[in-house]
Amino acid sequence: MSSTTPLIQLRNISKAFGGREILRGATLDIQRNEITAIIGKSGGGKSVLVKHIIGLITADSGEIIFDGIPYSNMKRKDFSAIKNRCSYMFQNNALFDSMTVFENIALPLREKFKLGKKDLEDKVRARIEQLELTEVAQMYPKQISGGMQKRVALARALVTEPEIIFFDEPTTGLDPIRKKTVFSMIHRYHEKLNFTAVIITHDIPDIFYIAHTVNILDEGRIIFSGSPVALEQSSDPGLYTYTHGHEMLIDELTGLHNRLSLMRKIEAFGAEVQGSEQLVLATVRLLGMRTMMDYKGDLLAHAFIRNLAKFVNSFLPEGACAGMFSKEILVIAAKTKDESTLELFLSQLEAFFTNLTIETYCQKHRLQVEIGGALVTPGLSAYSAIQEALATSKKYV
Amino acid sequence: MKKILAIPALLGATSLDIVKNVGQWGVFSLTAVLGMIHMRRLLPKILHDIYFIGFKSLNIIILVAFFTGMVLGLQGYYTLIKFSAEGMLGVAVALSLVRELGPVLTAIMLIGRAGSSISAEIGIMRISEQIDALSTMDVDPVRYLVTPKIIASLICFPLLTAIFDCVGILGGYFSSVLLSSRSGIFFSKIQSSLLLSDVTGGFVKSFVFAFIVITISCYCGYYTHQNQSSAGAEGVSNSTTSAVVQSCVYVLVSDYVITSFLM
Repeated sequence: MSSTTPLIQLRNISKAFGGREILRGATLDIQRNEITAIIGKSGGGKSVLVKHIIGLITADSGEIIFDGIPYSNMKRKDFSAIKNRCSYMFQNNALFDSMTVFENIALPLREKFKLGKKDLEDKVRARIEQLELTEVAQMYPKQISGGMQKRVALARALVTEPEIIFFDEPTTGLDPIRKKTVFSMIHRYHEKLNFTAVIITHDIPDIFYIAHTVNILDEGRIIFSGSPVALEQSSDPGLYTYTHGHEMLIDELTGLHNRLSLMRKIEAFGAEVQGSEQLVLATVRLLGMRTMMDYKGDLLAHAFIRNLAKFVNSFLPEGACAGMFSKEILVIAAKTKDESTLELFLSQLEAFFTNLTIETYCQKHRLQVEIGGALVTPGLSAYSAIQEALATSKKYV
Repeated sequence: MKKILAIPALLGATSLDIVKNVGQWGVFSLTAVLGMIHMRRLLPKILHDIYFIGFKSLNIIILVAFFTGMVLGLQGYYTLIKFSAEGMLGVAVALSLVRELGPVLTAIMLIGRAGSSISAEIGIMRISEQIDALSTMDVDPVRYLVTPKIIASLICFPLLTAIFDCVGILGGYFSSVLLSSRSGIFFSKIQSSLLLSDVTGGFVKSFVFAFIVITISCYCGYYTHQNQSSAGAEGVSNSTTSAVVQSCVYVLVSDYVITSFLM
């Protein structure tokens, strides 16, 4: 089989439970030796999809092709050989509660390989030490914390050094530090052992740093499959929820449009401009905002943006909108017949930054404010229109 | 019209469900039996299950057997004395125990003590994906979980039945000693009347009961997730109840069938 052929191909997989359709023709490729991530909403069928590969669930329709051979043509013995090449880390860990941590980790080795007692113990101990489980090795899963149970499940998945590992939400229930440790460990092991990994996760954007391919499962179908960079650069608004889901709360709290919806709004205004109407853009560039976030934290910056957003939203006329992107640029856009609209925007913004408290705040945190605005040529791309407005910016604070 | 059609539809669905369950149980049991081919690797688990099913049930079996024997002695004495046949008390107690009560009561006690617990254990393993985990390791869950239990029960049930019989006879003897001074005749009549075929018949029953109880208990736990009406903890609870009820019913039904063949 050519190395470019995907190791596992899922073709039009459909599955329903009790009349409820979970998968509706999901198609997915898993490349060998790569880390493939599957993201999607909770209860969207990610685990169900992956369980088809390992044979825990049989599809109602569709085909799975492993190393070029369809499962439908595969003998039981061959499928058994596939299982021997795989490991599965369950979402709820699936640890054997009648066995100690040590026995849980040793079980796949005991059942799959004919190892001597010493070799087996050495391998298990090595994993136990790597995952900092030495102190709990002789305890039962119920006696240890959820995070530790997760690590035991991870150790059990890795102990046989399999070719393919399925991680079903490996970081759920872990603290942020251990989350990062788990991802970096998967990455490190992948570099070392070059296995094929399939990770189901909600940890965005962390997963983008280690995955080679990201697949988005939505409404039972894969709606995106590509590199994390391609996903991030995608202008598809349907994908924004997945790529910037972690920022959506902030967008909602400020009431400002995000980058994508702002661009769409400006382009829509541009296209709708008729007769005496004009497209007005006012911009505020907050230089130093990112540095402030790095040094003093996101929350302080967020509080400032929230105040600014509240003020902007208070004077926005009908048919206008405001949005923010890159954490530094606030844009107010309006489609208007009133020539004084731009002046109104600029004077209001200046009034906000003239406020003594705001001015002191900006000086204290070394924020430089530039305010600009222009009547933009209709038909320009949103990006060019914003650039045109930004070009008029003048340092204010 | 719809209401009239609902009755045959319900009957049809129930019949299909029964056929499906029987077939599934058959395949499940056969898989577990075929798992005995590589028994050596299962030895530690078999020993563990012998300890759990056999040794840990010993106390309750002895206690129940002793009082069953005493009650039999008591009831038998007052019945036989009406016919001046109290000398036959030993035979009545021994035959009742060896042929019927020994295997049946042992099985029922083991259903309550081991069967329910096995069903709950496997049910919990099912809902917490432990069985799926075995499957992903290419370990046949039926062979790993059920086969050792079948072997252990095939060893324990006859042994516990034998203990039940002996203790029950002792209980009967104790009753007869309390009620009558002619206790010596108790054992001499047993010796002269109890045949080897009575003993082997009792053991045949205990082997069959062992297979029925363990496969049904394991089956109910193993397929907990197929329980449409309930899931999670309630599903496990229903599976356990179902295991106990079904095991008791099938033990009594099979007891009648075996007895009719042995007579």
